[in-house]
Order: sequence, then structure tokens, then C-alpha cells
Amino acid sequence: MTVNGLLEGGDFKALSLVEGEREISGVYIGDLLSWVMGKAKSGDAWITIMSNVNILAVAALTDCACIILSEGVTLTEEITRTAKAKGINVLTFSGSSYDAAVSLEKLL
Amino acid sequence: MPDTVSFKFSVDGEDFTCAGQASVIVKKNLRQLGLPPEIIRRVSIAMYEGEINMVIHAGGGEAEVKVWEDCVEIILTDHGPGIKDIEQAMQEGFSTATDTIRSLGFGAGMGLPNMKRYTDYMDIKTEIGVGTTITMKVNLS
Repeated sequence: MTVNGLLEGGDFKALSLVEGEREISGVYIGDLLSWVMGKAKSGDAWITIMSNVNILAVAALTDCACIILSEGVTLTEEITRTAKAKGINVLTFSGSSYDAAVSLEKLL
Repeated sequence: MPDTVSFKFSVDGEDFTCAGQASVIVKKNLRQLGLPPEIIRRVSIAMYEGEINMVIHAGGGEAEVKVWEDCVEIILTDHGPGIKDIEQAMQEGFSTATDTIRSLGFGAGMGLPNMKRYTDYMDIKTEIGVGTTITMKVNLS
């Protein structure tokens, strides 16, 4: 399943879509950045409620396929611009992290 | 020793929004050098944790990455307060970070443990009131 494929369902909405054909190979959920750094794998969709600019560095370093902001969390315009400039896919989801993971489980 | 490729960075202690930029650049540079992805991942995670530590605790510092024939070496130097108790600082979950830092998603007490976990060698030299130098190596073979 690609990031574009995930968007087709309509539950996930793109805030920054720069590499839509990126394949999602797994899922990681976490809000403590060091924890995510240590555990998320390349190609994961990373579900979090954190929306500060540091998530972009974590996503770049762990090589996540995309960041999914749950609970309807969104990014500021400035961080959205930075995400696009850094080539990081960021999506938003209105439900909880658990609900996002359940949706992904059905799709992956 | 044969010639090495070396990258140097100044880590800005004032600007949290820039934290991690040096690690992202190192990741790109190592990729261009054709290093294996897992090595790049380990180096960039260890360096990121060190970079964040320097911003949180030491008001910034310097980072240097050297690519040797058999390993990648990361040297992080700061002139911060020093680490009082290294053994305690190495414990997962122990952190002296403030609530503000924690609200940004840092301060989980995983920084130093992650640095050790992702490298093959780590040495900490610290002096109270003078600063800390951390040297890490990730073997290439």
C-alpha cells in the first residue's frame, strides 16, 4: 500500500504530500521522540499526536513512509512548508491513534 | 591512517527548531558515500540523540563525523554543565529535562541509552562546569 493508496479511502487527509508513491511497510505509534527514533523502522507509517517541527527530523532520520497525525491534530503553515521542503509526507486523521492503526491494519 | 572524510557542525543551543539538522545532513552525506542503510540509520540516530542532548542540556556545541576505513566516528563536544552521575544518566527513563522540553516530546530519558545501543563504542568524558565530550563509533564491518 502506498501513501496515495491510503489517501484514496478518504479517512486520511494529506497536509504534505511529496512522495505519494512511497510504500508503507509497517506502522509505529509513539509520541516520545527518542522512543520513536529507537524503534520506528524504515517505511513505517508513524502515528503520533506531536506536531512540533522536531517530528520532521525524526521522520527524516528513521526514514518513515509518512507521519500520521491522529486526533485531528494539524500542522502550522510554517511547519507544513518545512515538511514539503524536506520531502516528508504528513497526513492527518480525525480519530484516535488506535483507530488510525485499525484502519491501517485493514488496508496494509 | 588513510584519508578520512570529515563533516563538522556547530549545534545551535538556542534554537530548538533547528535541532537535528546536522544529523539529517550527515545522513544525506553518508548516503552519497554509499554506506549501507543500517549503518547510516545507526549513525544518524546516535548523532541526533547527541545533538538534542547538547541543545537541551548544554546550550549547544560542536559535532564532528569522520568516516574511517573501518568505522564512522562521531565526536560531540559541548561546554555545558557536565554530567553529574554518568551511571544514572545511562539508565533508560532517567532525565533531568524540564517539563517544557518534555512537552516537545523529548526528555524521555532514552538519549544516552539510545546512543549506546546504536553504536559499537561509546566514551563519555565529562567535567562539572567545564563540559562533555562524547566519542562514538559504528563499525563498518
